[in-house]
Amino acid sequence: MKKLKAALAGNPNSGKTTIFNLLTGSHQHVGNYPGVTVEEKYGVCRYGDYEITFVDLPGTYSLTAYSEEELITRNYIINEKPDVVVDIIDASGIERNLYLSMQLMDLDIPLVLVFNMSDIAEQRGLVFNIEQLSVLFEAKIVKMVGNKGKGKQELLEAVIETSGIPGKSRIHKMKYGDEIENELEKIEKAVLTEEPALCQIYQARWLSIKLLEQDDEITKKVQSSKVNTIVESSVNHLKSIFRESPEIIMAGRRYGYISGACQETIKTTAELSHNYSDMIDAVVTHRILGLPIFLVLMYLTFFLTFKLGSYPMSWLEHLFGWAGENISGFWEPGSNNWLKSLLVDGIIGGVGGVIVFLPNILILFMMIAFLEDSGYMARAAFIMDRIMHKIGLHGKSFIPMLIGFGCSVPAIMATRILENKRNRLATIMVIPLMSCGAKLTIYALIIPAFFEPYFYGPMMWLIYLIGIILAVICIKLLRLTIFKGETVPFVMELPPYRLPTFKSIAIHMWQRGWMYLKKAGTIILAASIILWFAMSYPKPDTSSEQGKLEYSAIGRLGKVIEPAIKPLGFDWKIGTALIGATAAKELFVSQMAIAYSVSDPELAGMTLREKLSANYTPLTGFCIMLFCLIYAPCIATIVMTKQETNSWRWAMFQFFGLTALAYIITFIVYQMGSLIFN
Amino acid sequence: MEKKEVKPLSKIRSGEKARLVTIVAGRGLNNKLASMGLVSDVEIAVVSNSHPGPFVINVKGSKVMLGRGMANKIMVSSCGNEKVKSGSGRQS
Repeated sequence: MKKLKAALAGNPNSGKTTIFNLLTGSHQHVGNYPGVTVEEKYGVCRYGDYEITFVDLPGTYSLTAYSEEELITRNYIINEKPDVVVDIIDASGIERNLYLSMQLMDLDIPLVLVFNMSDIAEQRGLVFNIEQLSVLFEAKIVKMVGNKGKGKQELLEAVIETSGIPGKSRIHKMKYGDEIENELEKIEKAVLTEEPALCQIYQARWLSIKLLEQDDEITKKVQSSKVNTIVESSVNHLKSIFRESPEIIMAGRRYGYISGACQETIKTTAELSHNYSDMIDAVVTHRILGLPIFLVLMYLTFFLTFKLGSYPMSWLEHLFGWAGENISGFWEPGSNNWLKSLLVDGIIGGVGGVIVFLPNILILFMMIAFLEDSGYMARAAFIMDRIMHKIGLHGKSFIPMLIGFGCSVPAIMATRILENKRNRLATIMVIPLMSCGAKLTIYALIIPAFFEPYFYGPMMWLIYLIGIILAVICIKLLRLTIFKGETVPFVMELPPYRLPTFKSIAIHMWQRGWMYLKKAGTIILAASIILWFAMSYPKPDTSSEQGKLEYSAIGRLGKVIEPAIKPLGFDWKIGTALIGATAAKELFVSQMAIAYSVSDPELAGMTLREKLSANYTPLTGFCIMLFCLIYAPCIATIVMTKQETNSWRWAMFQFFGLTALAYIITFIVYQMGSLIFN
Repeated sequence: MEKKEVKPLSKIRSGEKARLVTIVAGRGLNNKLASMGLVSDVEIAVVSNSHPGPFVINVKGSKVMLGRGMANKIMVSSCGNEKVKSGSGRQS
């Protein structure tokens, strides 16, 4: 068995992932590149005598140092030295796609070009002279139709064959024209003598190209002042000739080479003036119809995720309830055995709490995969961009924020559709401000307890609205401070509409579901057990539930923080419930129920709502909702934030930031309210 | 090609074509646009320019959407009223 390593590169929307799925099936591993939020995917394919590991590199248009994805792609190729790089090209937009190939050629690596979606290109009347193209680009070219599974074998053969060719440099180097070549030569000479260490890692010619392009990453690596002076004078010299920076001229030259090559080797036999993508776009990006269509699709996504998902969710809840009862059955009824409590309340409760979200996550990611693979997501981003841009976010941020009204956990996972890191972090930070389904149970308890029926609707609306307004303000603030930087200018490709394949959607769903179970599941479970422990221990002699809660670690903590939350109108009972609710927001309700379960003769026979309204003012009721809306997200959300941002720092920032915000706002509202109402 | 005056892309109407002259923007944006095919001399077909609405162009066979601010930074010279060709977008 011979082992090979091949990397898949290509433009976004070139069908790269479809081919990756075709090659590796479900044998895929998904992770994050260290320290960044970009996804790393690899999978193994066995073919004949070979075991080929394919790495799916991020989709990029070029190999500059301006984006994380491009840096990862090029550094992977340079540092990991895959045996073959496979460049996936959308054959129907060949010239633009070949731009990346030209830069891969600059790296002087064993290259295979895949002309993907060649059936669509042929429908459009493009005829390729593959042999001639293959000579011009010095690479094997394979025609494929990824979504129909055509060309897999040819690609594998080409990869194996290319890997067998001993390393040689290209004969046809891309020439950038005399003026630029002269400067490149000067820089190359200087680099070879002054920076021998760098030349060990990078090829001197590539280094010179990047230096002339004033590439940030490479320029920083150069120590020698001699090289820097030469580069500077070259750049100035070329600027004075062309009146534009060298990198722009060089980009133009690359396209020039591509145009020339395509002119000779590609024939257009038919000219289609309209295609079905244009027709769909005329409707879905229509200036009046566009927004309603988008809102309907979003409603459908939301509806299916939480409505359709609620059925399997309740089956799972029943299943865990049944399991809990059966395990309790081993002990006498009413037994206080610690093992029983750990198994039933801690573990089954904890695991159950994690797994019941799985249907939501699977359905949500099925919908997202469908919207993305079909090409609609790009249009949605455009439609929402005008509104979202005003608060400094990308149009696509709207989708995870909307999902946040259902549950923050899938919403944070959904921020993966955002390419820009700052946008993604800013969006993750404010997602908990969208009132999720669990917070709804708190509002449902509080509102009828303190307000007249005709205020139910407006109260609910008000609290949701406050969340949205706070989210907008927070994003504005974050974008002006820690996530400072220019709003990413809006340029985006509109890929042609395609019918997604069942396989790619299934793989996408499976990966997200598994990632959720594996990564979040373990930590959420551990955290739930710790919280269960803190709520149950230490145990007092009394058998009353309220006494136990008061005696437990969390109850004591509630007492400790009472002075701090007094100015918010809260007592230790509310404080205890608030701490307990970090395990899951809906726990606030059951905690309050336990805290008020004592058989006080005055309160006997009253429902929890009546007890609440007897003990607190409507102002306190409102402050409870306000505080619950804003303060620290639940454990599952914190863990998800940690997973998705790849750092505890952001998770802690979210935790403490939101808690501080909740405190300040509730403090102001309670104090002002007390002045007005008294 | 009668007119050689340089104007922002945003002034080009739907269905018209223009030739890119220069982009008045910083290095990052210039590079990003270049990698998507927007370089000097390239032919840009304006697919949709309805205010306020999406600004969509066809460049080298792919459809690209731009913010209106961006369309103001891209300077082009008009090449008349020829019918927009979709598909590969290459000049024959």
